[in-house]
Amino acid sequence: MNNPAPTQSGATPRRTIDIVNASLKRRYAQERRFRLVGVFAVALGLAFVVLLFTDIISKGYTAFQQTYIRLPVTLSQDIIDPTGTRDLNAISGANYNKLIRDALRQQFPEVTDRRELRQIYAMLSIGAPQLLREQVMADPGLIGTTQEIWVLADDEIDMLIKGNIDRHAAQSDRQVSDETIAWVSRLEQQGRIAKHFNTIFFTHGTSREPELAGIAGALMGSFYTLLLTLVLSFPIGVGAALYLEEFAPKNRWTDLIEVNVNNLAAVPSIVFGLLGLAVFIGFFGVQRSTPLVAALVMTIMTLPTIIIASRVALKSVPPSIREAALGIGASPLQTQFHHVLPLALPGMLTGAIIGMARALGETAPLLMIGMIAFIVDIPHGFNDSATVLPVQIYLWADSPERAFVERTSAAIIVLLAFLFLMNLAAVLLRRKFERRW
Amino acid sequence: MNKTLITTAVVLAMSALSTQAMARDTINIVGSSTVFPFSTAVAETFGRTTSFKTPKVESTGTGGGMKLFCAGVGVEHPDIANASRRMKASEFEDCQKVGAKEITEVKIGFDGIAIANAKSAKHLDLTLKDLYLALAKDIPNGNGDFVANPNKTWKDVNAALPDTKIEVLGPPPTSGTRDAFNELAMEGGCNSFPELKALKKTDEKKYKAVCQGLREDGAYIEAGENDNLIVQKLVSNPRALGIFGYSYLEQNTDKIQGSKVNGVEPTYETIASAAYPISRALFFYIKNAHVGTIPGIKEFVAEFTSDKAWGPEGYLADKGLISLPDAERASVAASAKALKPMSKPE
Repeated sequence: MNNPAPTQSGATPRRTIDIVNASLKRRYAQERRFRLVGVFAVALGLAFVVLLFTDIISKGYTAFQQTYIRLPVTLSQDIIDPTGTRDLNAISGANYNKLIRDALRQQFPEVTDRRELRQIYAMLSIGAPQLLREQVMADPGLIGTTQEIWVLADDEIDMLIKGNIDRHAAQSDRQVSDETIAWVSRLEQQGRIAKHFNTIFFTHGTSREPELAGIAGALMGSFYTLLLTLVLSFPIGVGAALYLEEFAPKNRWTDLIEVNVNNLAAVPSIVFGLLGLAVFIGFFGVQRSTPLVAALVMTIMTLPTIIIASRVALKSVPPSIREAALGIGASPLQTQFHHVLPLALPGMLTGAIIGMARALGETAPLLMIGMIAFIVDIPHGFNDSATVLPVQIYLWADSPERAFVERTSAAIIVLLAFLFLMNLAAVLLRRKFERRW
Repeated sequence: MNKTLITTAVVLAMSALSTQAMARDTINIVGSSTVFPFSTAVAETFGRTTSFKTPKVESTGTGGGMKLFCAGVGVEHPDIANASRRMKASEFEDCQKVGAKEITEVKIGFDGIAIANAKSAKHLDLTLKDLYLALAKDIPNGNGDFVANPNKTWKDVNAALPDTKIEVLGPPPTSGTRDAFNELAMEGGCNSFPELKALKKTDEKKYKAVCQGLREDGAYIEAGENDNLIVQKLVSNPRALGIFGYSYLEQNTDKIQGSKVNGVEPTYETIASAAYPISRALFFYIKNAHVGTIPGIKEFVAEFTSDKAWGPEGYLADKGLISLPDAERASVAASAKALKPMSKPE
């Protein structure tokens, strides 16, 4: 009776297996559809990432090279060191601008018109004399000789060489005049123009001249800010998590604190900036635009992230560890510090690194505390005026000069590289120290 | 380990806090984002060519800068405020209240606001009236009353203009450029209606609301503070017009063209001679009480007001600053060097 033979009429009651069989096709189709949607979502996400990266890298990679002009500079003794004493003060104050300009002028002996000469001189960066001075100061033996020196070119020449200014456009439609293009072509034919690796980009602070602008100042600012943020927020965060998770009594107050910590993690970062302005600058009188005040704000911002990650890490340590330690006579404090904390530390570090990565990319709270500033000098401490990498990117993106477009993208590449490294470190730390039970 | 870390942190924080009251040897400058490119160029040259440290320049906007500037006298307050408009009487009073009695005003030059579109589009010849009729939220209907702006295309505004949709990208209300545009272009267009001009005398509040209210129905698009972004958007959308500072137009002449306003092209010469109607003066203000306390202020002012900086051939001109006429430049430079205190602005 359980398995009646199929009769001629289709009206017999259907068996369960038939119902299942009939719906099977539909259920498979449902699953396939779901998978397809999943694949599509992932593909879309990846496509946007690829688009972002190709856009930034294709715009930015050229900034890692910089155009230089090779000139035979006569480092005449009479101009640099007329007394012949090799006194560094005298060497430092010499007119290097004249040396470079004379060398460039030699290349174009036919040009005598004052206006045209100005155009010729404009091919060189206004930072070129300073770079030559540094070169001579480093090696005073060069004085009195004629050297083939690679001199930094102006940003407009740089853009022309890199093809970002169209040579064939009408003169009124571009920044560089026809004469300049003719001169540059001549120098190119003589092999006097070349692109070199852009060390200035990594060793100098910012500048209003794109060819002299570098990210060293912003990088150091970010470094000091993050270091202090880590030093402040990690111990406080871990301590708070340890207390809340292991020692605090479970009552309404601790519930309230927990809810508040979770809420703080979701507060928009600009709010922390306002808080920093009111409390740290307004009340405590900390100086504006310093890594110190930035780090204090970032600390408050990253604390919830670290506390939450640390609590999760503590929760994942099996109770048997605690019980065993307590069982052989360790005090609760010893149990925590000798046994639980070391096991939970990888998870806590991961949380801290992710919090730091967020702090590295943050600009909104810094708006309020004076970090959106033009600061040329590279900071050497927590109390020097500084800016940070994302702010530098913002400021460059806002500059009218064409050459800042590629530099903005290049700075973004550097920032992304650091974020990637930090996240990689988090993954590796977890892999290396993670214990599974 | 935690204990040592916490101790280090506390020691660090304390030492940092205790040193902050020390004297400062860098000039602090705050203020307008329009003056920022010029101020930073001078700051950098000043740092490079003198033995003083490079001044710190913050871009806070004119209003924000004035607030910081007039917050007090002392090393923790800024020394110089940049402004893309003249200091207001209320701001001057704030400064007086905190003891910053003597303030020197330095007018540095002009900045034009360009109305531009992509090279591939038609070169427009607009009037202030056209701009007002295209962008105002409410426009007069001729019977002394106002209607929500019905104009959809430029042809609706003025039959001589092309039949394209009105689409203008411009700065948000927080921007000084927007303030200047409202004041110079929109109010200028407003004043071409006699009844509105009369309104200014009878009900100034209403006049401001009517003349400075920009459309919110999508014809005027707030494009953020980043003028480079507006340039990019104009290139990809030839129907759109953009509103931004003249220096961006100058740097992108291969991609965009400035529309004529009241028949005048936006060029260096027309803005300098005030023939171009949408241009404004730029300023910076010096707190005289800080001169002598903070090293280098006098020298910085001397650098800023030297002809190699702000002259028509100077490096600020390369950055897009429009110089003052020769006579005015000389007199402003003289009073700036003498740190002549300003009187209360009206």
